[in-house]
Amino acid sequence: MACGEDKEQKQDPRIEGIAASIRVVPDFPKKGIMFQDITTLLLDPKTFKNTVDLFVERYLGKDISVVAGIEARGFIFGPPIALAIGAKFIPLRKPRKLPGEVISEKYVLEYGTDCLEMHVGAVQPGDHALVVDDLIATGGTLCAAMNLLERAGAEVVECACVIELPELKGREKLNGKPLYILVESR
Amino acid sequence: MFPFSSSASAPLAHSLRLPSPSPLPPRTPPSHLYRLGLPNFRRRLLLLRSVSTAVRAMASEGGEDPRLPRIASTIRVIPDFPKPGIMFQDITTLLLDHEAFRHTIDMFVERYRDKRITVVAGIEARGFIFGPPIALAIGCKFVPMRKPKKLPGEVISEEYSLEYGTDIMEMHVGAVQPGDRALVIDDLIATGGTLAAAIRLLERVGAEVVECACVIELPELQGYQRLGGKPLFVLVKAA
Repeated sequence: MACGEDKEQKQDPRIEGIAASIRVVPDFPKKGIMFQDITTLLLDPKTFKNTVDLFVERYLGKDISVVAGIEARGFIFGPPIALAIGAKFIPLRKPRKLPGEVISEKYVLEYGTDCLEMHVGAVQPGDHALVVDDLIATGGTLCAAMNLLERAGAEVVECACVIELPELKGREKLNGKPLYILVESR
Repeated sequence: MFPFSSSASAPLAHSLRLPSPSPLPPRTPPSHLYRLGLPNFRRRLLLLRSVSTAVRAMASEGGEDPRLPRIASTIRVIPDFPKPGIMFQDITTLLLDHEAFRHTIDMFVERYRDKRITVVAGIEARGFIFGPPIALAIGCKFVPMRKPKKLPGEVISEEYSLEYGTDIMEMHVGAVQPGDRALVIDDLIATGGTLAAAIRLLERVGAEVVECACVIELPELQGYQRLGGKPLFVLVKAA
């Protein structure tokens, strides 16, 4: 099911094509999970461009100085947005991938914990940041990303994802920060 | 028609000898950097830039592209990562410089936009940063080449050698068709093992690999020799 922007506005005509290009793979990574695969979206240049354009149109001219992308699929959508709006791109990575001095933020998984890292000095106090990932599920990773940016003194303006799984209520984990998505998947 | 470069003589590769206070990288930052009272990141950046790495001089036939010095200067070298003796070429600082990042993408796009490329294959994870902007600009598919068990659909796998042991690279079945003209992108070529695996995967499904493109090459590791004769294009060579 596709969603769009605010309920008052009609759905952008590009959304339907974007939603249709996402492939659902059942029982991945484990039984019962319907995995939202964006690789098929990337195989259609027009659809990929529409996806990036929708984000760029929203954020261009809004004084965003940082786009933070979450490893690894956030690395696919974040950089094109950063380039188009004139912002820095910052990769937020799993532990021990970033070579320089890092700050780390732990977050909770279904079983156990994981950790997200950011380079020290990448973000300055006063930076206005957008956090990008392909999908929001429980919101744990996005929340960790926001914490990292805020610890470094940035203001997180919004989180942006292609897909939301609304039943997992990830939106509620974002400490009141707004979430912008293109497609809802139920 | 822009001639594709073969292996070692990438005509646009840039080298930049950075000013160095001593021939060897110091073990601890010189004391004057502490006295400057800079925050850690800036101090470290100055230290790293004073280390004489990156770049042997190599002008192109037609004169060096003026964007290359800026691109090269934004790459940060981190000693002893991931282990002692390795000088890691960190492109995250390039990504913090919007103009340098834009120039990097522009240089690849200018080279490939008229070459009828139908697919850009980017190698996880730093190839995901450079590949998609190129694919978007030239209007072709982007295909992620991933570590095992990351891609959710049916995959084909290719094993490749590491210094110790092997690793596996995967691509989705159906992403690439026979007759596709492919560009393989990564941030850096070292031994060439990863790029070679990507080439094999693409060729196994009938694509033609037109060229491999990286921001940085470590020429001493001679990775260009492992590309099965496929040409390599790089922007910066790091000593």
